[in-house]
Amino acid sequence: MGLLDYFKKIEPDKKKSPFLHTLYDGIFTFLYSPDSVAKSGAHIRDGMDLKRTMIHVVIGMQLCYLFGTYNVGHQHFVAMGEYLGLLEGFHLKLAHGLVKMLPLFIVANLVGLGIEFWYAAKREHAIEEGYLVTGALIPLIMPPDLPIWILVLSIIFAVIICKEAFGGTGMNIWNIALMSRMFVFFAYPTTISGDEVWVSGFEALREGAATSYGYGHSVFNWIFGIFDLKPFTAGTVVDGYSGATPLSLAYQGGWEAVTSAYTTSQMWWGMIPGSIGETCKPFIIAGALFLVVTGIASWRIMLSMIVGAASMAMLLNAWGATPFMEVPWFYQFYMGSFFFAMAFMATDPVTAASTNKGKIAYGFLIGFIGMIIRVLNPAYPEGWMLAIIFMNTFAALLDRLVIDTHISKRLKSA
Amino acid sequence: MRSKNSSGVWPVITAFIISPQLLFAQSSTNDITLIGALIIVGALILVAAVITVSENLLQIEAKKHGVSGKGKNVSLFPTISEIIGDKFPSYTNGEGGYVLKKGHDINLTGKPSDEVYKRSVNTYAVRPTNFRGIAPIPKLVVKEKHEVLAGDVLFYDKSNKNIKYCSPVSGEVIEIRRGAKRAIKEVILLADKKQRYKGYKAPDINKASKEDIVDFLMESGLWVLINERPFDVVPDPAKTPFNIFISTFDTAPYAPKTSIIMDDNEDSFQKGIDVLSKLTKGKVHLGLDANGTEAPPEALMAVKNAEKHWFIGKHPSGNVGMQIHHVAPIKSGQSVWTLPLQNVIAIGRMFLYGRFDTSKIITIGGKINGKQAHYSTIMGANISNLLGNIEVQHLRIISGDVLTGRKVSKSDFLDANADQISIIEEGDSHEMFGWLLPIAPRPSISKTFPNFLYPKLEMDGNTNTHGEKRAFVMTGEYEKVLPMNIYPQHLMKAILAGDFEQMEGLGIYELSEEDIALCEFACTSKIPLQKILRDGLDMMREQG
Repeated sequence: MGLLDYFKKIEPDKKKSPFLHTLYDGIFTFLYSPDSVAKSGAHIRDGMDLKRTMIHVVIGMQLCYLFGTYNVGHQHFVAMGEYLGLLEGFHLKLAHGLVKMLPLFIVANLVGLGIEFWYAAKREHAIEEGYLVTGALIPLIMPPDLPIWILVLSIIFAVIICKEAFGGTGMNIWNIALMSRMFVFFAYPTTISGDEVWVSGFEALREGAATSYGYGHSVFNWIFGIFDLKPFTAGTVVDGYSGATPLSLAYQGGWEAVTSAYTTSQMWWGMIPGSIGETCKPFIIAGALFLVVTGIASWRIMLSMIVGAASMAMLLNAWGATPFMEVPWFYQFYMGSFFFAMAFMATDPVTAASTNKGKIAYGFLIGFIGMIIRVLNPAYPEGWMLAIIFMNTFAALLDRLVIDTHISKRLKSA
Repeated sequence: MRSKNSSGVWPVITAFIISPQLLFAQSSTNDITLIGALIIVGALILVAAVITVSENLLQIEAKKHGVSGKGKNVSLFPTISEIIGDKFPSYTNGEGGYVLKKGHDINLTGKPSDEVYKRSVNTYAVRPTNFRGIAPIPKLVVKEKHEVLAGDVLFYDKSNKNIKYCSPVSGEVIEIRRGAKRAIKEVILLADKKQRYKGYKAPDINKASKEDIVDFLMESGLWVLINERPFDVVPDPAKTPFNIFISTFDTAPYAPKTSIIMDDNEDSFQKGIDVLSKLTKGKVHLGLDANGTEAPPEALMAVKNAEKHWFIGKHPSGNVGMQIHHVAPIKSGQSVWTLPLQNVIAIGRMFLYGRFDTSKIITIGGKINGKQAHYSTIMGANISNLLGNIEVQHLRIISGDVLTGRKVSKSDFLDANADQISIIEEGDSHEMFGWLLPIAPRPSISKTFPNFLYPKLEMDGNTNTHGEKRAFVMTGEYEKVLPMNIYPQHLMKAILAGDFEQMEGLGIYELSEEDIALCEFACTSKIPLQKILRDGLDMMREQG
């Protein structure tokens, strides 16, 4: 095979340039699976490896990427009161989405993978695949207008402090993608909370505020010019537009306030402002089902998380002290990022509980606690990030409980 | 496996499913409905509690009267298999048994046919390293160029001089191969064309004492054919085994068929069982195969002096470790004996005919054109003689099965307890995007490969690791292929951390390498589990 020979010829020297060699190794093992053979133990090994596992998670979120990118553009034009139909102004919405999305994606992966490669070279081990998923998740959980330098800082924090410091892939205690979001949330709260940050492309999200287009838009305008398509034109935020997410509306006025701004089908299909990848529920559920069917993510965590969230929501219904508590429990699932957190965040095998019984308790508690944070805590608009990080911390304790009961049972029967 | 205690949970689950509807019914903010709903939920929980308590009381009573146990459901609720009919085929005569749901059969091409061939084998070897627990350098009794009979002593264990290792064939000692520090690697014998046996006078098992039988077994070289668990060592004569377990079937790829092994050996088998039954405090337990429509040989079905246990399940349900776990788990401080079926037959032959006869059936399977079949040979046979004249370029020859065997060269010898030679391709080539595409079918437990839809599809296996070694990332993977109530991943971590208490608590004594081999196969992170487990067992053994 010509390409293979070429690749073998250009292999850099490991001693002289460890970083280059690690980089080469990463690219080479990406292109070709290694030729290593089983030396001891089982002579035959499963075709599954970590790369394949991780890439399936990434495949699972591709629909979220597609819709998320488009929805960024759609929300932009809805705020201007133009192209209100979903498919009207298709090219403009897609172009705007790409302008916002691509920098986030490219920078997130460059920075994260760069750190990963550097550490791999320093520690002289192969590049581990963990960041494949993290790098794909981070853009989906950020607001579209997030300044790039904040993104870079958050990734440096998450990868170095929360992962490499613990020993790399498989050793971290907290979910890396969520830690980067957490960093933004606490260090630069104005960029990731409130009503103004979820719709992109304006100087500020106020009535009458002007659009703010950059180089990306000019490039697309030039392309649109060639094909004789409508270009981006400056506009303003339409009167009476607030950009509030369903959750903040629900906090203010309960389900009635939510439904006065959005229909349930809009919320279900995700044509609402929010983090990039979290809005379209059917596509997330499709991804979640894909992960369950292929056996990559734990159905135990997903199912018990739904049960946990539903039971807390029902309890809150029964209590009914505030308008938010009175939102019927099943409508809670229409708002916010519950499904995204369930499918892609809580199921991270490294940070979740590792015993099957532990997983059920872990999922249930995330659902339970996340709903409490969402409904009862006015400071935090959405609870899943905090609930998952919180339960990541206690996952080892849950396992410990399961294992200790198992051991004491075993010793008793002995 | 039948869950004995889980049926009491069902009412609770039902209550849980019904309660949301009831709670939801009050969203019309009618207080009376809410209170009513709460009362109903409370009543349901009360009923569930009553049922659970009575269920547990029933279990306790059953245990007191000794009616609980395998295949007997003493719960308030029928088990699922009772509702949808008995899974066990008719030849089990309704004796019940164990259904092991977890596991995986690796379906490889090149399965051995049912024909039995005989090959002329010139050289044989006895390898001290096949026997764990022997002192590092055994004391040789023979020298090169000595003539021996089948059953003559070749060497004995320095730590216990009574434990003898005998020659499987008659002929000449042609070479004594030594390894590092002059340890004996193998004693190689050139076999006579016609076998001559040393005559032994076996004691009458009905009259002889247990000690006499043990002494005779050690003297005649049969003792080392017995395996002691935990640790998989040559048994300590000072200990009496709590139970003796024999798995009569092997679920590993390319394993020989029980019916072919048992052919013409029915009497020897029963005699072997009779001998063993004199040596244990407990019982001789026999694991029988209830997979498939074909009944096991009559001699196994009508066995005397042993208790039969039927097993249904994929690999590793034929491993004796799984059977011990479900029938009578090893408790701390106990030891049990396990024997491969063919070693029971060898013991029987000695007591019937007075000769050390380790003739056995082996299989050759895998990438060897047209030669996949059963072969009749003797323990320790030379592999190249068995394989005949074949090209072995780019192939891996394994003495044993593909999961647990030893990599050998063509000129090597079969291990003492190996009953198969598996041949698979060396997978030392790169594969473009080998990790990504749903390429050629390959053995896997993962459902990301489309071939999981066709479990009957036979696949070529090779030795490629399909990925590099990583840290533990995935969880719950090992549990899927290990039909035991055990936490393999946590046990492995405990071994790596050297935490003795945790290792014992997590049941390291119940496992041996062959049991964890399928987990190693399935491991996404390609972690050498068999080696880790052996390290752990060695640590435990050193600690005493």
